[in-house]
Amino acid sequence: MSAPSPVELDEPVTDDLTVLATPWVTIVWNDPVNLMSYVSFVFTKYFGYSKKKAEKLMLEVHNDGKSVVSTGSREEMERDVQAMHEYGLWATMQQADA
Amino acid sequence: MSGFTRHRRSGHALATFTAFEADLLRSLASQLIELLRNEAAAPETQDPLEALLDFSGPTRAPEDPVLLRLFPTAYPSDDEAAAEFRRYTETDLRNGKAAGAAAIIDTLEEAGLDDQPEDGMFIDVELDQQLTLTWMRSFTDMRLAIATRLGIEDGDEARWHALPDDDPQAQVHDIYEWVGFLQETLVQAAR
Repeated sequence: MSAPSPVELDEPVTDDLTVLATPWVTIVWNDPVNLMSYVSFVFTKYFGYSKKKAEKLMLEVHNDGKSVVSTGSREEMERDVQAMHEYGLWATMQQADA
Repeated sequence: MSGFTRHRRSGHALATFTAFEADLLRSLASQLIELLRNEAAAPETQDPLEALLDFSGPTRAPEDPVLLRLFPTAYPSDDEAAAEFRRYTETDLRNGKAAGAAAIIDTLEEAGLDDQPEDGMFIDVELDQQLTLTWMRSFTDMRLAIATRLGIEDGDEARWHALPDDDPQAQVHDIYEWVGFLQETLVQAAR
């Protein structure tokens, strides 16, 4: 019978992964048309956010001119941006640190 | 004019329109459809053979400011990514918005709106959850289209209300506000 050979643990490598995993964000911009109630409604309906969170984001859009409404992979954000355009909201996407 | 209310038991959104109002909504919906089909979402390519074989979407932003607002540029600082996004999404978005406006027309006509609606006639509509969303989105598209054409800005209500009643812009602005009222009551009914 032989003893199992000792397992050598590598140092975790994180540098490349961190770069690859830089998240993307969906930004909704203020416009003079969309109703505040509708914008909140869209955030609860599409993202499943609580009424409280949806209203906070809506007020950011209204008062600050824009708000980051979701964060994730590039593919996920493309889906979110497309959905926002379906609802008539003015949405764009970019990398989180851009 | 009373807008939408929520039916307590079914949760559906109910509204009664005069023949004039229903006809106006139908006309706005058909104008939206026409607009969406007007400036063709044509693929951009130089090669004629490629052009014939390319069934994918457009890569360039629409020239009409209304269409540009309905289909905003997703990547403001990356033209190549923006073109790719447009290519893969704009055709679907256009078709979805046109189908939404067509659904409004269908609902109104199924509720009894005919080609020559008579005065004194009322059109009752009942929207289930799915149709409520469809109408809400289409109201948004109509309002975005009117607002872009009129040049509406934040907090400019006084400017529109100062116009004489017979000014066409004032009349269009009244319609804009009316659709906004319908939209607001529909959102409340859907909560």
